[in-house]
Amino acid sequence: MRRVGVFVCWCGSNIAGTVDIEQVKAAAAKMPNVAYVEDNKYTCSEPGQAAIQKAIKEQKLDRVVVAACSPRMHENTFRRTVGGAGLNPYLLEIANIREHCSWVHPDKVAGTRKAVDLVRRAVYKVAKNVPLQRASIDVTKRALIIGGGIAGIQAALDIADAGQPVVVVEKTPSIGGHMAQLDKTFPTLDCSACILTPKMVDAAQNQNITLMTWSEVEKVDGYIGNFTVTIRKKARHVDTTKCTGCGICWSKCPAKVSSEFDLGIGKRKAIYVPFPQAIPNKPVIDEKNCIFFKTGKCKACQMFCPTGSISFDQKDELVEEKFGAIIVATGYEQWDPSPYGEYGYGRYKDVITGLEFERLVNASGPTEGKIKRPSDGKLPKDVVIIQCVGSRDEAKGIPYCSKTCCMYSAKHAILLEEKIHAHSYVFYMDVRTPGKGYEEFYKRATEEHHATYIRGRVSRVYQKGDKLVCLGEDTLLGKKVEVEADLVILASAMVHQNGASKLAQTLGISYDQNEFYTEAHAKLRPVETNTAGIFLAGACQGPKDIPETVAQAGAAASKVISLLSKPKLETEPLVAQVNEAICSGCLWCKPICPYKAIDGKVVKERIAGGKTIERPVAAVNASLCQGCGACTVACRTGAMNVLGFTNEHILAEVDALCL
Amino acid sequence: MSVNEKAAPAAGPATNPTTATPAPEGWEPKIIGFACNWCTYAGADLAGTSRIQYPPNIRVIRVPCSGRINPQFVVRAFQRGADGVLVAGCHPGDCHYSTGNYFARRRYLLAKRFIEYLGVEPERLQVRWISGSEGQKFADTVRELTEKLRALGPQRRLRETL
Repeated sequence: MRRVGVFVCWCGSNIAGTVDIEQVKAAAAKMPNVAYVEDNKYTCSEPGQAAIQKAIKEQKLDRVVVAACSPRMHENTFRRTVGGAGLNPYLLEIANIREHCSWVHPDKVAGTRKAVDLVRRAVYKVAKNVPLQRASIDVTKRALIIGGGIAGIQAALDIADAGQPVVVVEKTPSIGGHMAQLDKTFPTLDCSACILTPKMVDAAQNQNITLMTWSEVEKVDGYIGNFTVTIRKKARHVDTTKCTGCGICWSKCPAKVSSEFDLGIGKRKAIYVPFPQAIPNKPVIDEKNCIFFKTGKCKACQMFCPTGSISFDQKDELVEEKFGAIIVATGYEQWDPSPYGEYGYGRYKDVITGLEFERLVNASGPTEGKIKRPSDGKLPKDVVIIQCVGSRDEAKGIPYCSKTCCMYSAKHAILLEEKIHAHSYVFYMDVRTPGKGYEEFYKRATEEHHATYIRGRVSRVYQKGDKLVCLGEDTLLGKKVEVEADLVILASAMVHQNGASKLAQTLGISYDQNEFYTEAHAKLRPVETNTAGIFLAGACQGPKDIPETVAQAGAAASKVISLLSKPKLETEPLVAQVNEAICSGCLWCKPICPYKAIDGKVVKERIAGGKTIERPVAAVNASLCQGCGACTVACRTGAMNVLGFTNEHILAEVDALCL
Repeated sequence: MSVNEKAAPAAGPATNPTTATPAPEGWEPKIIGFACNWCTYAGADLAGTSRIQYPPNIRVIRVPCSGRINPQFVVRAFQRGADGVLVAGCHPGDCHYSTGNYFARRRYLLAKRFIEYLGVEPERLQVRWISGSEGQKFADTVRELTEKLRALGPQRRLRETL
């Protein structure tokens, strides 16, 4: 026999207005195991909680039911109350008679009847509750950041500042990301490199930060506080401890290929650093284009290297590292606008993307900042900028708004006018400039820099002499427009990083239909994933500009810092449990588990006749398990259960509600 | 095929035994709802905080995930005299646990056939995806199911006489 105490809350008039509290109390008093019933005006208030604690002690209650608001609201509050009175916090159930009853059913008779049923459900369930203990696990005081763009760099600096060690894994030869490719940044027009490169240097010099460039995350095991990550250090063929970054090797290298960093506008060598300010400023050999790797002859770089750091027989290396938390900051890619055949991208050299224009206008870019158009090197006089290329187009592109294009197109228009007095015609669907100083910046483009904004889409771009004719429509005037341009810039969409879904599967985090990573809650948990211990920063979660990315990186870093500064982590005890006695070891539960928390193990047991046998059973890793209960339904013998939501619990609830 | 879709019309009176006798005076359909904690339970809470009224015929049982809802619970509800059952969770793709509702979706495609095989009208079991922001949808779903059950009458096929 249990001694259940039922506490019925009035919630002022919120519940008492439409539910007859006295009737509920009288009905509750007759329910099995109920030893005590009390009502309170506000059970969640300090006197209300004190009343529960007092009753637990005086009435020797061993289970508590609170009939009040939603458990999503105050379950934790009342767990603490119950815990404070010396009872196990999990010997509590909430009957939701406010959100699910008094607020939605104005009929007092029917509402009261339902409230009684809901209380009975909780009374039946709580009788089956058992004390549960939170376990504590150790935390590896070290963070992993995947991606060395501005998001990763900012997060690394913040975490390192708090005294925690960080490893940044970056797949390209240098940190810096897309921000390093940009020329100026909106809305202040300060140069991207001037604000980024000092941060890159800080990251490189910080004692707490380890940079692993030219590396990729291969495998992730473990759980919050205790991740084991396998990192592939790709063969650089350069000994970074010896190399001084003098640059003789790449000046002597005879193989010239187009540069990924310059988006094909410039050239690089087969041994290269992607850009002059690269960190680390140590080259890598691109095996695909290196003459030695192709023909077995050359080795020019090795011959000329004054420190002897070139090694052609270096192999990829797999290292295993332990981390307590992970921040994913893998960023975005610019969408390839080729599906828009009418714009002629790829067909006409002078049709370029916004990011390509950034390289063209960048002082450290292939043209040293001179806006020479790719076809003949002439300075353009008239430029057409087409916005929403890919964005907001479900048919050819992506359904969402890329958020940054309106602003960077305005920036391009300003730069073109400022640098070479070129006139810009911007074709747009809508101009979206929410952000501090953003609308003013757009106004500046139109008013001070005389950019012509035309509301409408371009239907076709074709060559006429050395001009590109853009046919479009001004939908505000309802007129056809024809602009003869020297250069066409496509404000192409921001899309997910290549291989985003594969990395998500490696990490066990979720992603949306656009392959952006999903945050735990769109509003209240924007930097956390649903996998505990893994956080998000920057454009890998969705299109973002630099200020937003930096803010999110700081937020993710603070989450990591607070996680790593805990001596031990408490785990939620509502996890799956195996009844080994009846488990058949079929492991049907294993593939259904989204957290890889179930594995097989072998138990030894004595059977009749004194013989000892071995048989396989399922085993749950309680630290990995999130308590979803998918395994329980897959289990054919009923050996698998979720604590707090066992089969017995739910069947008892069904029985209680059907009485 | 959606979970609530029906492949073929129920054939003959043998599969439709419960409407044979009229409902007793004052009978109200009883619905047991299984709602996942993250979406549908939150959606039902939102119906409350938005004061969206719906018939008081449903009683909700909170479970962690729609993937936790064993069809055994549904059968038990019918055995104990429930007239209808609502199984509800996050929209496919939005599962808090990534994949739970996908399993639920497949499982309840079969479960609906199973209860039909047992002789219960499959409309008595409704499977819906209701997010935490769809308080109105929760209310509409309950209203719709209550009306459907009112038309069908009491569920007697699986009900145990105790």
